[in-house]
Amino acid sequence: MWRFLIRRIVFGVVVLWLVATTVFLLFFAGPADNVARRLAGPRAPIEVVEQIKDTLGLDRPLFTQYLGFLGDLLRGDLGTSFISQTPVSTLILQSLPGTLWLVFGAAVLWMLMGVGGGVLSATKPRSLRDRTLTVLVLAGISLPTFVLGILMIYLALSVFPGTGLQPGPYISPFIDVGAFLSTMVMPWICLAVVQAAVYVRLTRGSMLDTMGEDYIRTARAKGVPERSVTYRHGLRAALTPVITQFGVDVGTLLGGVVVTESVFGLQGIGQLMIRSVRDGDLPVIIGAAILAAAFIVLANILVDVAYSFLDPRVRLA
Amino acid sequence: MSLLEVSGLRVTFATPDGDLQAVRGVSFEVEAGQTLGVVGESGSGKSVSVQALLGLVPGARVEGSALFDGEQLIGMPAERLRRIRGARIGMVFQDPLSSLHPMYSVGRQIAEAVLVHRKVSKDQAWSVARERLEQVGIPAVRVRDYPHQFSGGMRQRVMIAMAMALDPELIIADEPTTALDATVRAQILELLGRLGCALIIITHDLGVIADMADEVMVMYAGKPVEKAGRRDLFRDPRHPYTRGLLNSLPHGKERLQPITGRPPSLLSPPSGCSFHPRCPVRIPRCPIEEPPMLGPDDHPDACWLEVGR
Ligand SMILES: Nc1ncnc2c1ncn2[C@@H]1O[C@H](COP(=O)(O)OP(=O)(O)OP(=O)(O)O)[C@@H](O)[C@H]1O
Ligand code: SF4
Ligand SMILES: [Mg+2]
Repeated sequence: MWRFLIRRIVFGVVVLWLVATTVFLLFFAGPADNVARRLAGPRAPIEVVEQIKDTLGLDRPLFTQYLGFLGDLLRGDLGTSFISQTPVSTLILQSLPGTLWLVFGAAVLWMLMGVGGGVLSATKPRSLRDRTLTVLVLAGISLPTFVLGILMIYLALSVFPGTGLQPGPYISPFIDVGAFLSTMVMPWICLAVVQAAVYVRLTRGSMLDTMGEDYIRTARAKGVPERSVTYRHGLRAALTPVITQFGVDVGTLLGGVVVTESVFGLQGIGQLMIRSVRDGDLPVIIGAAILAAAFIVLANILVDVAYSFLDPRVRLA
Repeated sequence: MSLLEVSGLRVTFATPDGDLQAVRGVSFEVEAGQTLGVVGESGSGKSVSVQALLGLVPGARVEGSALFDGEQLIGMPAERLRRIRGARIGMVFQDPLSSLHPMYSVGRQIAEAVLVHRKVSKDQAWSVARERLEQVGIPAVRVRDYPHQFSGGMRQRVMIAMAMALDPELIIADEPTTALDATVRAQILELLGRLGCALIIITHDLGVIADMADEVMVMYAGKPVEKAGRRDLFRDPRHPYTRGLLNSLPHGKERLQPITGRPPSLLSPPSGCSFHPRCPVRIPRCPIEEPPMLGPDDHPDACWLEVGR
C-alpha cells in the first residue's frame, strides 16, 4: 500500500516535471530576440522587448535558463505579470478561492444528484422514473453551460428578484456569508446540473452491471433487505468508475471553470486564464497551465488512494 | 407433511422472442434431513426452479405451489419471504468467487447474514462468523480476509458457512462443486453431507448424485422426467433420457454413448414428449401426446413405454 502510494507520487512528480519542461521549451526555446518578442506580444514597443530580455536573462544559455526556471517553480515563483506587474503567484492566489469554492460546492451537489439519480434509474430500469431521468440527463448534457447560466441569471434578476441571487465576483464566506451564498448558489447549480447529467448516466450503467452480479443474488439469498442490497452491495461496487470520473473532473475543473466563471463573473482561475490569453500575458498563462496540470496530477493520486480504500483487491495486491 | 412440497411449478420469462417456459410443471418433495438430488443437462431449468421458490429470479412469472413447512412461498409478500431466505433456507451457488462480494471480508459477509435476521450485537454476529468458519475448516483468524485471498475450495467453504450461519432447515446447493477440481470437490461434498439439515443438491454430475442423494429427480427441458430413490435410479433407470445420462458416464477411460443431439429450445418446445427428437426408442405416439408421470409411485417416469410394461 505505501509502496504503491510512493510510486504514484513519484510518477506524479515526473509528470509535472515533464509538463514544466514542455512549457519551458514551448516558450523559451529559440533566439533570445524572438523569445522576448513572443513574450512581450506583437504590439509591444522595442524597449519593452529589450527590457524583458534583460529581466528574464534570455541571453543566457538555454540550459541555465531551464535550471533557473525549475528553481523558480520549486520556490513557487511563477514570475511577474507583464500587464499588472503583480507576481503571478499573487494573481493565482487571489483567483483560486473562487474556483475552489465553486468546484467543491458544485461537486457535492452533482454527486448527490448524479449518483442518487443513477441509482433511482438503475433500480427500476425502463420504468417511468427511469425514462424521465433519461430525458433530464439528455437535456442536461445537451444544454450548453452558458445558456443555462444566462437563463438562471435572467430568472434570478427579472423573474425572482426576491431570492437575492445575483452574478458577481467571489466574496469570501469568512467576510460575508450572505454575499458569498448569493453569488455562489447559481454557479453551483449551473455547474452541478451539467455535471450531474453525466454522473446519472455513468452511475446508472455501472449499477445495472453490478446489480446483475452473482454476489447481489447471494445478498438477496441470505435475506438482506432490498435497500441494503442496492446501496451496501450494489452501489458500493458500482462506485469505482464513478470515483475515477469524479477525480478526473474535479482535477480538471480546479484548473479553471472557464465558462461558468465567465457567465457569472466569478473571477476565478478560469477568468484569470481568459484574461491573460486575451492580453497575451504569458507568465500568467504559464503559471495557470502548470497549476492546472498540478491539480490533475494531484486528483489522480487521490483517486488511487480512494481506490485502495474502496477495493481490498487493490489495497492488498 | 414434508418440509418442502412443490407442485405444478412453472416459471416463464417474457423475452423479445415470446414467452420462454424455463420450468414447465415441476413437482417434488423434500423431507426434513433428507437430500434431494436434481440432475439434468445445462438449461433444463434446475437453477431457475429452485431460485424461483425464493423469489430470486427477477422478471420471471412464477406459478404453482410451494409449501415450506406448511407456508405457501409462491406469491408470499416480499418481506415475509426475505425473512425465510437465509434464516430458514440457505443457498450455496456454483461459482464462489463471483458469488461473494469482492469488497467485504468473509467475516463481515457471514456476520451480515446473522445481523439481518437476529437482534444481536455486531460482536455476537462476528463470533458466529468465526465459529462457522471453524466448522467448515477455515481458521477463525482469517475472518477479516477478503474472498480473493482464499482458494476456490476455501471460498466455497465460506459460502457454506454463510448458508448455515443461522441453522436453516434446508440448504439449496446449486452445482456447488462444478467450479472446483476433483480433490476439493470430495471435501466440499463431505462437508455438505455432514450438515444434517435437508439438502437440495443440483448437479449435472451423476457422481455427485451417487455420493449424496437420498432421492433423485431427473429434469429435462423444464420438467421432471423421472423420480426415484438413489439405489433404484442407478439399478433400474427407466426413462430413456436417464439411461442416456447413465450410459454417458465414463466407465474407466472411455465415455460410452453420450446422448446425441442438443437440448430443445424452450421458446418452442417439441410437441408431445419433449425428448422425442433425441429419443432412440420413441414410438409413434411420442411426438403427438405428452406422457404424464407413469409407473410406480416411488419410481415414476414420464415415458409412454411405461404403458406397455
Ligand atoms: N433471466 C432470464 N431470462 C430469460 N431466460 C432465462 C433467464 N434465466 C434463465 N433463463 C433460461 O431458463 C432456462 C433454464 O435455466 P437454468 O439456469 O435453470 O438451467 P440449469 O438447468 O440450471 O442449467 P445449468 O446446468 O447450465 O446451470 C435456460 O434456457 C435459460 O436460458
Ligand atoms: S415418451 Fe417416447 S420419446 Fe419420450 S422418452 Fe419415452 S419413448 Fe422416448
Ligand atoms: Mg444452473
